[in-house]
This record gives sequence, structure tokens and C-alpha cells, in this order.
Amino acid sequence: MSKKLLLKNIDVEGIKTFEVFRKHGGYSAAEKAFKMTPDEILEEVKISGLRGRGGAGFPTGLKWSFLAKPEGVPRYLVVNADESEPGTFKDRYLMEYIPHQLIEGILISSFCLGANVSYIYIRGEYSWIPEILEYAIQEAKAHGFLGKNIKNTGYDLEIYVQRGAGAYVCGEETALLESLEGKRGNPRLKPPFPAVKGLYQCPTVVNNVETIAAIPAIISITGAEYAKMGVGRSTGTKLISACGNLNRPGVYEIDFNLSIEEFIYSEEYCGGIPKGKKLKACIPGGSSVPILPAKLLLKTANGETRLMNYESMADGGFITGTALGSGGFIVLDEDQCIVRHTMTLARFYNHESCGQCTPCREGTGWMYRILKKIEEGRGTYDDIDLLWNIQSKIDGNTICPLGDAASWPVAAAIRHFRDEFQWHINNPECLTKNYGIAEYATI
Amino acid sequence: MTKNGVSPNKEIVFSTESLHKVHEIIARYPEGKQKSALIPILHMAQKEFGGWLDVPVMDYVASLLNISPIEVYEVATFYTMFNMQPVGKYVLEVCRTGPCMLNGSDQIIEHIKEKLQIKEGETTKDGMFTLKPAECLGACGYAPMMQIGKFYHEHLTKEKVDEIIDLCRAGNIAID
Ligand SMILES: Cc1cc2nc3c(=O)[nH]c(=O)nc-3n(C[C@H](O)[C@H](O)[C@H](O)COP(=O)(O)O)c2cc1C
Ligand code: SF4
Ligand code: FES
Repeated sequence: MSKKLLLKNIDVEGIKTFEVFRKHGGYSAAEKAFKMTPDEILEEVKISGLRGRGGAGFPTGLKWSFLAKPEGVPRYLVVNADESEPGTFKDRYLMEYIPHQLIEGILISSFCLGANVSYIYIRGEYSWIPEILEYAIQEAKAHGFLGKNIKNTGYDLEIYVQRGAGAYVCGEETALLESLEGKRGNPRLKPPFPAVKGLYQCPTVVNNVETIAAIPAIISITGAEYAKMGVGRSTGTKLISACGNLNRPGVYEIDFNLSIEEFIYSEEYCGGIPKGKKLKACIPGGSSVPILPAKLLLKTANGETRLMNYESMADGGFITGTALGSGGFIVLDEDQCIVRHTMTLARFYNHESCGQCTPCREGTGWMYRILKKIEEGRGTYDDIDLLWNIQSKIDGNTICPLGDAASWPVAAAIRHFRDEFQWHINNPECLTKNYGIAEYATI
Repeated sequence: MTKNGVSPNKEIVFSTESLHKVHEIIARYPEGKQKSALIPILHMAQKEFGGWLDVPVMDYVASLLNISPIEVYEVATFYTMFNMQPVGKYVLEVCRTGPCMLNGSDQIIEHIKEKLQIKEGETTKDGMFTLKPAECLGACGYAPMMQIGKFYHEHLTKEKVDEIIDLCRAGNIAID
């Protein structure tokens, strides 16, 4: 059994409530933090090596150190709970079952950053979760851990939960801030970065739910102890949301030393693939990262065992490697059709493009339509080259990374499964086991 | 529930309780930043005024927040959760993105289409059900799934869908 930090108490009965959470050591990290200076807390976070769990893996301590601190201007901590990357459902788990851990994390982080107001921006569809969070906030307030003059420190903090309304792009931090200001979720041009001009043009830190939920553990055990867990620049633990064709899909807290093979097949984790089917492919870090065929997934191109950490996943770059991303681990068994799967992802990105940049707005639509054409048995070999051409023209040419995220899955699918695309063109009968291709309903 | 407007004799005003909530929400943001309340208030308006956002409803929200109507239209049309046309009492939002597709969401959608005799985006004649295909709702590990109102229904099978539809018809399902 690997050591757990985030899910250590997840099965404790009543852990949702302040009382039980407190009994199991909850808010003691906050009490410890209040005896430290903000700079000391920042130092612990830096030493911990914690990297953002939202997808990009940017070092959290470094991000916090960029926060501008002009006199008399408020600063904000905004928690990114938009969680809309296909394959990803870990933040939901944390918020639904152990909300106080996030609240305590926000408290320590805001204290460190000097923010007196923090917003949790949660995807609108998680419509039963705001109540859970708001209840936890009320409880924390009643016990003096939020509100004015928290525990006689003279520090004030209010936390508000804000619902989105269905837009993947609002997970991108600047689109999120626009949305929080009551506008369309159009990503902003950077620079300026949120650390300088964020919410209401004030200095802002945007962090993922899991990132912030890891802060109490870091303060409790110290940054140095946290950094000892894991390997290299992958420190601490990571939540993985496993889905697709697995016997035991769900949310797991893993050690960065774990091999992908063990994660998929061992009883402690996903318990293998249903009906003893063979592993065909996997997208291990949320739909935006490259898909890998089984062979390259379990072992790197150099023949080394691939592990569930940032470096090992990325071994081979985008040619023979992939990325840990958000930890959305999608498994495809031998019966699954790569073309159809890629088509659903292309449709997703096309639907979610905000439309500001031509390559993304038009390119995602082209990719979807061509993939649909191939999927429906009307494709030609030229279409494969055209797809490749379109994705290469989106990548790197847009305001926000949604464009790149749309192009990478298509590029990797063609790179590793070109023969399946060709087979599909010659054998439209693959369709016989698929049906129900639907155009977008605009209501 | 007409397509071109709420019936003219029905006045659009929030209940006292909702108005109270509106003020509470506005107070979450700094002075002058009340526009931040737009999305939360549109959610409330959609719920209170018939499940979709008609123009007079959006104009009312604009007046509450002291912003221009166009600022509301821009936002309402951007986000998929806001319905720009009338919908049925129960909107079946079935996820069909990759991970759900791998677990048979296509068959679930097909089953609902056949059972209710509607296509994607359509509403049954009795105004009970709308089928609205959705993209990843963050329940991929519990696929296939659909959202009805506030709640998720996971690990769907055809039989489970039949049961849910019966529960809806009998008015025995929580939607908020
Ligand atoms: C299209 C798009 C969608 C994103 N969605 C999310 C999301 O749902 N949750 C999240 O935490 N980060 C998401 N991100 C990453 C954020 O922009 C940002 O990097 C992250 O919230 C920073 O937090 P972290 O450093 O704690 O990871 C997304 C980025 C892009 C480009
Ligand atoms: S890349 Fe796509 S989603 Fe991002 S800003 Fe451009 S059009 Fe919008
Ligand atoms: S793909 Fe359906 S919930 Fe994620």
C-alpha cells in the first residue's frame, strides 16, 4: 500500500462534517500555518516541489512567488474547479466527499498569498456540489476558521462558490476569470499574466482543486518530507481518475513510482480489463494528451518500464511519449475503434472552441467533419493527410492552449494508428457495431 | 411556454426569496463588480421562469444588475447550460464523449430516441422530455451516464433508463 495524503481519511464515516474532519487532524495544518509567516509558508511549498495538478504541472511555489503585491490593491486566490477535460473527475471526488480539506487548503494558501477573498469556480453541471462546499464554509466560519479575525490572527477571509454554466474553455485560467467577471469565457492574451492582472485586473493566483487540497498535508508533514515522496521532479502523490474499459474505474491516489502496468492490472487499483480483453491503447492524462498504443504505454521506446509520473509519461516527447496531464486515465480495449473515439474528441473540442481564433474555430470543425466522414465509411487516404495538415496548422497558432489540445489527440491517433484509419477507409463495415452518430443539437 | 415570448400578461419578477438571494450574491463581489453575479442569476432565472431564457427574462436580469441587455444575451448564448428555447420538463442530457462512448453511450442515446420517438435536441409532444446530448460531464468512471436537472444518473443500462423514464412520468424523480 502506498502512502496516502489526500485520500487518507476519505473512508472515515462523516468526514464531510467539520467535527469528524477536525477529530482526524483537520485544520491543525492551518493552526500551524498561522504560527508561520507567509514567506515561511511559501518556502515550504517551494521545497515540497508541488506541481499544479490542473494539467500543466507548473511548480506551485514558483507561481505563488510571481504574485504582484502593489500597496492597497486586493489580491485573489481563485480555485479552478471547472474540471471538464474528458476523463477527469478527481476534483469532484475531493469536493463531494472531503470538502473541508479544500477549504483548509484555501485558508492556508490565501493566508500565504495575502488574499482576503477567494472564489471557487466550479463547473455548472456539478450542481449539487456548491451546497456541500457552502455548508462546509458555514461550518468553518462557525468554528472561527473563516470570516473576520480568524483565530485572533487579525486575518480575514471569505470564500465564495461560483458556478459556471457549461463551457470547457472556462477551465483555461484567463477564460475562467472572464467568466467570473460575468462575461463570455474568451481567453485573454497573455501577458499580462493573472499574477499581475487577474480578476478585476488585480493580482490573482489560479490553482486547481487538487493542488490546493495538497497544501494542508505539505504544511503538516513539511515540504521536505513531501518532496521525499515520489521520484525526481514528481513529488508527493497524485490523484488519477481511471475510466474507459476497466474492471474498477474510479479515483485513486497513486505514488509516482507506480508502473502503468500495475495501475491497470493490479487488484489494488483498476483490476484489469473486463472480460479479459487485451489492452489496445490509452490516453493517460485527460483527452488532450497523446494516445499511446499498449506497447508504448507499458514500456518507453527504450524498453524501460513506464511509470505514473510526469517525466516517465513524457519520455519520448510527443513522438513515442505522452503526458500525465490532469490524470484522466482513459483505457481502450481491443474492440474499440480509434477512429470513432478520436471523432468524439474532435467533436468535443469543436463544440468547446470559444471561436476567437480562426485556426481553432475553423480547424476543429474541419477535423470533426473529416473524422466523421471516415467513420461513416466515406473517407479517402487523402483525408488522412488533410487531417494531419489541419492539426499541424492549429498547433501553436492560437490564443489559448485549447487549440493545441484539440490537435494533439488527432495527431497522435494518426501517428500511432494510421493503418487503422486506412483499414477503416477500406472496410466501412466497422460501422456495423457502431451507430447513433448525431449532429449537434442546438437548444 | 410559447416560442416567441412569455405570455404577455405574466409579469417577470423574482419571488421575494429569490430577490433576497440576488442581493446576497451581488454582495460577494467588490463594489461596482455586480456583473460577476450574471451567471449565478441566469441560473436562478432559468429555474424560476420555465426552464429557458426568453428575451424578456434576460432583459429583466439586465435591469436587476444595471447592465445592458446585450451583455446578458452575449453570455446566455455562450454557455451550453442556458436554454435559448423551451425545453421539456425533464431534460435528459446524455454524455457521449470518448470515455462514455467506450461504455456504450451511443446505445443509450439510441434507446432513448426509439423509446421517446424524438431526435437529439427534440422535445416529446407532451412536453415531458427533451433529449440533449452532452459532452463529458465529469462522471467518466461511472459511464454511461446522464444528467436530469440537478442530478447525475450513472452506470446506465437500457433497463435503468426505462426505470428512470417511468419515475419521471410518475413525477417521482428529484430534479432540484
Ligand atoms: C482549455 C483548457 C481547459 C482547462 N481546464 C482546466 C480545468 O478544468 N481545471 C484546472 O484546474 N485547470 C484547467 N486548465 C489549466 C488552467 O489553465 C491552469 O493552468 C490551472 O488551473 C492552474 O492550476 P495548477 O497550477 O494548480 O494546475 C485548463 C487549460 C486549458 C487550456
Ligand atoms: S484557441 Fe480556441 S478556445 Fe482558445 S482562444 Fe482561440 S478559439 Fe478560443
Ligand atoms: S465522458 Fe461522459 S462523463 Fe466524461
